[in-house]
Amino acid sequence: MNRALRPLVATTAIFALAYLAAVVQFPAMFSTRVMGNFLTDNAFLGIAAVGMTFVIISGGIDLSVGAVIGFTTVLNAVLIMWLGLHPLLAFAISLGVAAAFGAVMGAAIHYLKVPSFIVTLAGMFLARGGASVLSPDSIGIKHELYTTISKSYILLPGGGRLTVIGMIMLLVFAFGIVLAHRTRFGSYVYALGGSEVSAGLMGVPVARTTILIYTLSATLAGLAGIVFSLYTSAGYSLSALGVELDAIAAVVIGGTLLTGGYGFIAGTFIGVMLQGLVQTYIVFDGTLSSWWTKIVIGGLLFLFILLQRLVFSAAAPRRKVFWKT
Amino acid sequence: MKRVHWKALLLRPQFFALAAVLLINWLLFPGFFDITLQDGRLFGSVIDVLNRGAPVAILAIGMTAVIATKGVDLSVGAVMAIAGAVAAVLVTGGASAVVAVAAALAVGVLCGLWNGVLVTYLEIQPIIATLVLMVAGRGLAQLVTEGSIVTFSDPVLIFIGTGAVLGMPMPIVIASVLAIGATLIVRKTALGLLIEAVGVNRSAARFAGISSGLLLMVVYTFAGFCAATSGLIVAGDIRGADANNAGLWLELDAILAVVIGGTSLLGGRFSIPMSVVGALIIQAMNTGILISGFSPEFNLVVKSGVIILILVLQAPMVAQSLRKRFTAERKA
Repeated sequence: MNRALRPLVATTAIFALAYLAAVVQFPAMFSTRVMGNFLTDNAFLGIAAVGMTFVIISGGIDLSVGAVIGFTTVLNAVLIMWLGLHPLLAFAISLGVAAAFGAVMGAAIHYLKVPSFIVTLAGMFLARGGASVLSPDSIGIKHELYTTISKSYILLPGGGRLTVIGMIMLLVFAFGIVLAHRTRFGSYVYALGGSEVSAGLMGVPVARTTILIYTLSATLAGLAGIVFSLYTSAGYSLSALGVELDAIAAVVIGGTLLTGGYGFIAGTFIGVMLQGLVQTYIVFDGTLSSWWTKIVIGGLLFLFILLQRLVFSAAAPRRKVFWKT
Repeated sequence: MKRVHWKALLLRPQFFALAAVLLINWLLFPGFFDITLQDGRLFGSVIDVLNRGAPVAILAIGMTAVIATKGVDLSVGAVMAIAGAVAAVLVTGGASAVVAVAAALAVGVLCGLWNGVLVTYLEIQPIIATLVLMVAGRGLAQLVTEGSIVTFSDPVLIFIGTGAVLGMPMPIVIASVLAIGATLIVRKTALGLLIEAVGVNRSAARFAGISSGLLLMVVYTFAGFCAATSGLIVAGDIRGADANNAGLWLELDAILAVVIGGTSLLGGRFSIPMSVVGALIIQAMNTGILISGFSPEFNLVVKSGVIILILVLQAPMVAQSLRKRFTAERKA
């Protein structure tokens, strides 16, 4: 088997085992209803996590995604409810604003030579603050399109529902996989994560690629915000608080290396589903409190980081001790 | 060692920024610098800035050392919540305040050790290593408090948060002692030099005979200790432990304070007093926005504006173009 695929296989195996263990305890969990809900409930997280995967493969980090999601929900609500725009127009404007926001962050990271951590931290403050300046209170969204979308779904065998937002997430993952593995932009992203200097020497347009990566991440966060507003039918400046951490956790659990240059979009999907599984299990169990979610996700994060270390130290025999950093 | 030039020190941009923020506050609110003595404790907006800024300042002290080693500690906010929860639960369970404080600090040290082990021995990137505790820590704190806000009426714990020594509120006293103590330890011994050496180049530092592993453990443990201290202050202030909100996002404020103070995230040269000044700048802005009657939502926007300004000023490209203009002017 291809050695490079090992972390992905490990993640998938752990997800399958965990799901199996959950099903043995609660047979009702093995149904298309539960699986459909997995997709619907985690759609916004999954969409944001795809963007985060690109950023992390390129060796950066984007702390602003949760705030961009929150900002987009508020902007949508303001455009639709206060200005009376059609939702589709509002979606287009929101995506445009998010994309511009990401492009500016990418440009700042490249041209000011500041770590992405700090730039996107400033972006997080700006987006959260901007959202609460627009409206500190939650705005309910009432529009036919919203009700139509939330009511339409494909009925799966067994009574499960594949909702529109669930399908959007699956499409985004498909798009991400093609973009990462089948396009020139995708290979640029991997090259950048391997080493920015060598990528530049090989002729990768570093500036353009960096800006595009953060534009992509912010646009997907904007799309996640639209999905979130469809999911909750509201815009609220504090929605999706801390989603950036969940997204980073999903990416890491999915086998992407935080040092950059290595990772899979498909792994991120498993990472998101694993988090959904933990939440669903806790709901099914009923006696466990919700804070166990955080502890278990933290534990999983640790487990996968450890696993990566072991796999990679086994894969690459240590060079002479001199060069160990 | 080179002697410190006080004049050059006071001319740093951070002091100008602090002075500017304070001046704006004074213009918006003329009574800003009034200080009154009531019931043996000083009151006033300036004292309030110092008092409210103390938790972040304490976090920033530990964070400075971590960032100087080219690391970062994202878990400090969660550690604050855990420490507060442990102290509150012990005290309401009948333990004495001394035991509770000691246990809270010990838990903080333990959290720091955990981060240190991940970074040093498992060689995990600091951002990720501390992310584990950041995600799980708040859950652990809720586990300790069993999901509720644990309130207490223990006089000693409340004194840590709201008491006063010789008129000075306790948080300010604690922050000052920690800041001065830490500065003396790193600057009067070789410790500061060793930390900088590890931050600049860990391999080179090892070849120079520095036990970098031990040093990293000490640094992360110290950050955990600072976080626990800060958590005790916050818990004492509200007379309870709120696992959900204690120290929420304060790790970001602490990192920001360190960066404003001029310590580079790429490791190396660091200054603990300047980080404390950074924390005070942040708090002076917060207080200014509150007393000027703007809604607190503007706080985040202003804060991000300040970060962007500082980033632009510190950027090598801008510095280069400024230098070019400067030399061009001299030639002309």
